[in-house]
Amino acid sequence: MPAHMHPSRSFQGLILTLHNYWAAHGCVILQPYDMEVGAGTFHPATTLRALGPKRWNAAYVQPSRRPKDGRYGENPNRLQHYYQYQVILKPNPSNLQELYLGSLKAIGIDPLVHDIRFVEDDWESPTLGAWGLGWECWCDGMEVSQFTYFQQVCGIECAPVAGELTYGLERLAMYVQGVDNVYDLNFNGLEGDDKVTYGDVFLQAEQEYSRHNFEHANTAMLLKHFEDAEAECKALLDAGAPAEGGNLTQHKMVFPAYDQCIKASHVFNLLDARGVISVTERQSYILRVRNLSKACGEAFLLTEAGGLAA
Amino acid sequence: MPDLLLELRSEEIPARMQRKAAGDLKKMLTDGLVEAGLTYEAAREYWTPRRLTLDIRGLTARSKDIHEDRKGPSTKAPEAAIQGFLRSAGLNSISEAHVHSDPKKGDFYVAHISKPGRSAEEIIAELVPAIVKSFPWPKSMRWGPASAKPGSLRWVRPLQSIVCTFGPETEEPVVVDFEVDGIRSGNVTYGHRFHAPDAIKVRRFEDYAAKLETAKVVIDAERRKEMISADARNLAFANGLDLVEDEGLLEEVSGLVEWPVVLMGTFEDAFLQIPAEVIRLTIRANQKCFVTRPQGSEDALSNHFILTSNIEAKDGGKEIAHGNGKVVRARLSDALYFWNTDQGDLPDLDTLKRSAEAFGLDLNKPLDQRMARLDHLGVTFHAKLGTQGQRVQRIRGLAREIAPLVGAEPKLADRAAVLAKADLQTEVVGEFPELQGAMGRKYALLQGESPSVAAAIEEHYKPQGPSDRVPADPVSVSVALADKLDTLVGFWTIDEKPTGSKDPYALRRAALGIVRIILSARGRLPLQTLFDAALRQLEEASVQRKLAAFEASQAAIDSGDVDGEQDVDNALAAYEAELRKETIDRAAPLKADLIAFFHDRLKVYLRELGARHDLIDAVITPEADDLLTITRRVEALGKFLDTEDGKNLLAGTKRAANILAAEEKKGTAVAAAVDPALFREEAEKALFASVNQAVSEAGQAIRNEDFSAAMRALSVLREPVDSFFEKVLVNDEDVAVRANRLALLARIRAATDQVADFSKIAG
Repeated sequence: MPAHMHPSRSFQGLILTLHNYWAAHGCVILQPYDMEVGAGTFHPATTLRALGPKRWNAAYVQPSRRPKDGRYGENPNRLQHYYQYQVILKPNPSNLQELYLGSLKAIGIDPLVHDIRFVEDDWESPTLGAWGLGWECWCDGMEVSQFTYFQQVCGIECAPVAGELTYGLERLAMYVQGVDNVYDLNFNGLEGDDKVTYGDVFLQAEQEYSRHNFEHANTAMLLKHFEDAEAECKALLDAGAPAEGGNLTQHKMVFPAYDQCIKASHVFNLLDARGVISVTERQSYILRVRNLSKACGEAFLLTEAGGLAA
Repeated sequence: MPDLLLELRSEEIPARMQRKAAGDLKKMLTDGLVEAGLTYEAAREYWTPRRLTLDIRGLTARSKDIHEDRKGPSTKAPEAAIQGFLRSAGLNSISEAHVHSDPKKGDFYVAHISKPGRSAEEIIAELVPAIVKSFPWPKSMRWGPASAKPGSLRWVRPLQSIVCTFGPETEEPVVVDFEVDGIRSGNVTYGHRFHAPDAIKVRRFEDYAAKLETAKVVIDAERRKEMISADARNLAFANGLDLVEDEGLLEEVSGLVEWPVVLMGTFEDAFLQIPAEVIRLTIRANQKCFVTRPQGSEDALSNHFILTSNIEAKDGGKEIAHGNGKVVRARLSDALYFWNTDQGDLPDLDTLKRSAEAFGLDLNKPLDQRMARLDHLGVTFHAKLGTQGQRVQRIRGLAREIAPLVGAEPKLADRAAVLAKADLQTEVVGEFPELQGAMGRKYALLQGESPSVAAAIEEHYKPQGPSDRVPADPVSVSVALADKLDTLVGFWTIDEKPTGSKDPYALRRAALGIVRIILSARGRLPLQTLFDAALRQLEEASVQRKLAAFEASQAAIDSGDVDGEQDVDNALAAYEAELRKETIDRAAPLKADLIAFFHDRLKVYLRELGARHDLIDAVITPEADDLLTITRRVEALGKFLDTEDGKNLLAGTKRAANILAAEEKKGTAVAAAVDPALFREEAEKALFASVNQAVSEAGQAIRNEDFSAAMRALSVLREPVDSFFEKVLVNDEDVAVRANRLALLARIRAATDQVADFSKIAG
């Protein structure tokens, strides 16, 4: 790899290094899911594939949208759109901690120079009906990753358990590049006129999306979109469900239904950022999304990928 | 005798669970060993983030053989009885039983049960897997391929290996062989994750601890704590600083490292404008670091903090200190932002106008804006007790009523009550709820509130517990009482009282707070008065709420016919009358119940201060609502009973009361009043004169609230009571004389009753 691609100089070099590392350890390297999601966990490669008995090892970058975290490009650490690097290994190998530490070494973090720590942090996603135990991983006091042993996803017990690693890529890059402002990150590792920064790529978008998320997103339309996505998800699940009393036990339309669940979740986040959801309503929206994800998870178990014997 | 070494090595255990888990492991295993018939000399537990270790010394090598004869049924007993006997005695067939004869009962079966002793190894191999499988972690998980099947092992984080060796000091110990869900016990462990990742073979605790120490693992948490604490102090001292000690943080940090190395980091001076408490909590909560003070400084912090790393870094810790500094700076930037934001204007002030009016708030002032928003947002306090805004209105009304009773300026009490909860809407309190009150005080001073008002905002939460400081400033006292009374009386009106060990709203603590404030306040604060005031606020608010709801429902029904409006008015008036009557009907029993609750709190409190419970019982009557008077009476009574006069009078009074009670029980006539004409003896006359004098003087003293004087007045009774019993026979043959003497005894009881119920006093 050319020197300018080293993770300490280049944001994309960091990503490619992680890709290489996890590919070498047998992961399927996937591309980001082509829908707006709040975290890498929402990618069907994690949410759905974490269910059922089949082996599944995958890694991918997932752009993650947190409309409420927009700061009009003015905060050096907070973004409404950022990248997560996601690794999912099912069942979790017994040396998952060592594998994770190996990935840190690969991007240039020496555990005899830097203080790496596993600090209790139990993970829960109320909208996905998911929880797990694990840690936030600290490097010199900074949280650089989330490490979770999934116990439940879509309200269903994981059998076997999958291990999930989530790296906050910007944060990690800021650390290895020694940069205090995310927009100053060197994106391509080049210098002078050839240098492209994170700000060059994303600053304008951050400003525009902050305006959109907080001021202009059409709430009436979004409320309708939420209803539509919810209805469509249920309709697709019904349409794909095995007929009662029929010979076929397979579900035939889980992924498209799950897309609608993701959509509802993102629309909810936008509505939340617009401040039109009251404290009491909030809970009921979360519950509605959870019901969708639960139904999708149950349907997934009735598919081949979900372990249904053909 | 042999020793046992057990190590359960896992991935990182949450710091807060380690100590208890190690204790549980010790208890479960030693209990199990004892139950199996073994004994041990000593057991000690150890823990690090990655292991729980047990060192058991002097364990017996075998449990004893047990022989027992168990009597069974008659040889002629029905089959079912014989089968039952076989099961209970653990026999396979009746041929294994012996037949004994008894001259009276005939032949019957006896089982000769002999349980051979078992080896300790066998017992351990059975116990440990069972303990691991049923370990009481607060939260546990499954992992790995085994989790594909139901019933797989659960542990707090994946369990990696088990060391279990057993043997006497003089011999090579053996591995106690067992398996738990695929993990085979052995004699191999691993050292520090980064410094010494290779396998280490261990024999017994001594070499285990020593080898781990070489492998950069300090197994003893107490030692890790001492190391961190001593190194942190020294490092601070060497830099002209004092460590701000924090036992809770020390405990947590010692559970995050196996090899503590203390380092120092810095942040910019500019952050020191943030209040010290906020800096400390920011650095503690997020970074688990200690803060320092310049040597000799009372409360100002320095810009140096102390962190505990888990490695001896190749570069001496430069990168680690630098990295931690960066994170601390980012956190402090947030804290500074919160601190500044809280002193600036909120957006959308227009929407807060109505709330501002309702509370007399000045929307030019930041804290006033926060209170307006608290009301505006309608944040719920409790579903049945309304919003925080409504609660503040009640506290306000109550504080104004209490103010004159404790010598506070009602206007100041009102202002303090209005702002008391405003800081719940500040960013800093949102981040650190434990700073509620303290931040309100700071922000109040910054916007120019009077020092009394500012102090009351912080102190109205006090006292928090039996040892917390009781507020002294009258404004603080007014608001502190108002806040606690509203809580207590409020939850009583919705029937949410503490039961047994359940007290989710900390009502006992609130009541104790009120007790302590009343006892130290300057003015007189009868409970009845306080409850009435609190009830008025609560009931008025509730009546208004219900009326508004009723009106809304009626308006909906009102179809718009001509006299619809009149009908609604009439219905509303009738409903209001009904509500108010209900309120009055409920008040009396509710207050009586509350007073009894307060009596209990007072008893607990006075007993803790060393008062005799029988004296408290003797002084308290169900109606007594003046806690200060009760307390003073208990004190005066205690002192009096310590004197010779007191002791004798108590004896005399008790004798009088006993005789009287016995005669009353028999139905003997007791004259309604004492008739001096019926006196025969000098002693009677003298006693009568003394009693009259004592009643009158004691009564006067009590009206003056001088309980010591009342006791002194009673003490003159001692001599005449003694000589009365010495010289006079109460049971005279003349019925009239006897009735008169009994009336005289009743008079003694009446005299002492003014001060206390002497019959309840022990001794």
